[in-house]
Amino acid sequence: MDERRVVLQVQGVSKDFEIKSKEVFGKKQTLHALTDVNLHIYQGETLGIIGESGCGKSTLGRCMVRLHKPTRGRILCDGEDIFALKGEKQQKLCRDIQMIFQDPYSSLDPRRTAAYSVAEPLRVHGILKNQDAIDERVLELMQEVGLDLQHLSRYPHEFSGGQRQRINIARAIALNPKVIVCDEPVSALDVSIQAQVINLFRRMQREHGLTYVFISHDLGIIKYISDRIAIMYLGRVVELCSAEAIYRSPLHPYTKALLSAIPPESPFDKKERIILAGDIPSPIGEQIGCPLAGRCPSCMERCKKEAPGLKDYKKGHQVACFLYD
Amino acid sequence: MGDKKSRPSGDALGREANIEMLKRERRANNAWHKLKRNKIAMAGLFVIVFMVLVAIFAPLLAPYPPNKVNPGQAYLPFGSPGHIFGTDDLGRDLLSRIIYGGRISLIVAVGATFVGATLGILLGLTAGYFGGWLDSLIMRIMDGMFSFPFILMAMILITVIGNGVLNVTFAIGIANVPSFARVVRGQVHIVKREEYCNAGKVIGVSNTRQLFCHILPNTMSQIIVYATLRVADAIISEAFLSFLGLGIALPTASWGSILKTGRECLTTAPHVATIGGVFILVTVLGFNLLGDGIRDIMDPKMKQ
Repeated sequence: MDERRVVLQVQGVSKDFEIKSKEVFGKKQTLHALTDVNLHIYQGETLGIIGESGCGKSTLGRCMVRLHKPTRGRILCDGEDIFALKGEKQQKLCRDIQMIFQDPYSSLDPRRTAAYSVAEPLRVHGILKNQDAIDERVLELMQEVGLDLQHLSRYPHEFSGGQRQRINIARAIALNPKVIVCDEPVSALDVSIQAQVINLFRRMQREHGLTYVFISHDLGIIKYISDRIAIMYLGRVVELCSAEAIYRSPLHPYTKALLSAIPPESPFDKKERIILAGDIPSPIGEQIGCPLAGRCPSCMERCKKEAPGLKDYKKGHQVACFLYD
Repeated sequence: MGDKKSRPSGDALGREANIEMLKRERRANNAWHKLKRNKIAMAGLFVIVFMVLVAIFAPLLAPYPPNKVNPGQAYLPFGSPGHIFGTDDLGRDLLSRIIYGGRISLIVAVGATFVGATLGILLGLTAGYFGGWLDSLIMRIMDGMFSFPFILMAMILITVIGNGVLNVTFAIGIANVPSFARVVRGQVHIVKREEYCNAGKVIGVSNTRQLFCHILPNTMSQIIVYATLRVADAIISEAFLSFLGLGIALPTASWGSILKTGRECLTTAPHVATIGGVFILVTVLGFNLLGDGIRDIMDPKMKQ
């Protein structure tokens, strides 16, 4: 796997948010949304990122498209720090990393037609100058995502959720990006529509050689679409390996518990569930020890004092747990 | 253009018919056609057009010169022969004064709102979008202006720049700026957090484009509703300033000054104040109806 080209590299990225205290002159507190995240994203693959809500999946995705600036660490695209570039080069980079948002209802400007939204990236980057060329390209993009001429001059509220997500996809691929960050793109859709949109994602990937960072909390979808999967817990990546391996031989106690939550295929099958006691700890304030220490069935003394880093267990399978040190 | 595509275009009518249908749909939904279907807005537009035409053709329509004094015929009541609307304390023909007064009142009302809205929108957009110290600076200045009552603010400005139609317009306009800036800033704060603004950032949309192509149109309906309210207010403000002797110098007629004259004889000759008031009311109503209509037109969800 390593011989493949790395498109996007996340190096030791942490993101802290300051939250104001409820008291007027109280001390500001820090919310650790991401802690020391390291990832390599290879050309043409789909990296699934999975975790429960509030674990920092979306924050990571938003850092990749520069909506958040990491507190520490760097994100490199083709070896260049995406936050250090200025002017022309930054605009160029903008085209390479695009995003599809979770909520198809709010990610399109309600006062602009579908054609306007899809044409906007082309106009902003001056890719096509003349209006006829833009019109033609927009139609081409719309047809590619399964919409047509009659949809061009409609407004977002006239579309269904699935259609809007198609428009979002058309807008994202308009710039021929290398990487598309998909932030739970189907979780707002009906199950029947989910399948259509997921298949559209796969087709787009085949036809355009796209690389996806696919964020989701749906284990089934992630399994279907991903080549590799990163499991996140409380702002950290706790396990990273290929999609089959993670379902076949999960290592991290959290991953095991997470996978045991998938319902068995037959209702007569007995499946043992690993229940993690307690709630996810608060990301606010100082973080000591392994984030899972309080809930982990195999917690050791060491886990309460220091946090394990992501280490190679075997080729292409990394885990952050002292059990495998 | 799409012939080379392998995908079927998904219509039974064929491409040409489809394009024709789309064109027709687009035509039916352009601004003017939408306005025409909105009966109430058309009524508002009619009122405004009527008032504007009357103001423009005042010299042709007015039966007497507006300032012609005739002390022998003071306080003639409504419907007197030769003076349909009666006369005021100096025997001036009220119909003529209303017709000429419309010129001043309309210019001041629309002009002041325009000045206030333009400056207020620019300041509000800048403050709301960029935030930080720029926001604090602009909004603290606006708060400073807010601390003076609206009329006092206009009075101070008129004292500084002198009276006359344009100065009064400008003064009321400037006094309008802080409230416009407030309204716009509040809306920008809501709109800029919407996901489509983030989507724009990811695409690489510039700040200027973001502000004027996405944020402004999405705040426009609130601005229009507010502006129509301010038009009414500006007419009243002009009346009030005239009343204090700071606005348009007497004897120039404006609806406000007619109202003021009428106040002095409210018990003996109520028709003077009534007529002035009715014209202000009808015009304000016209602006409000049209404003509502324009807001609906700009909202793509209203198609009918």
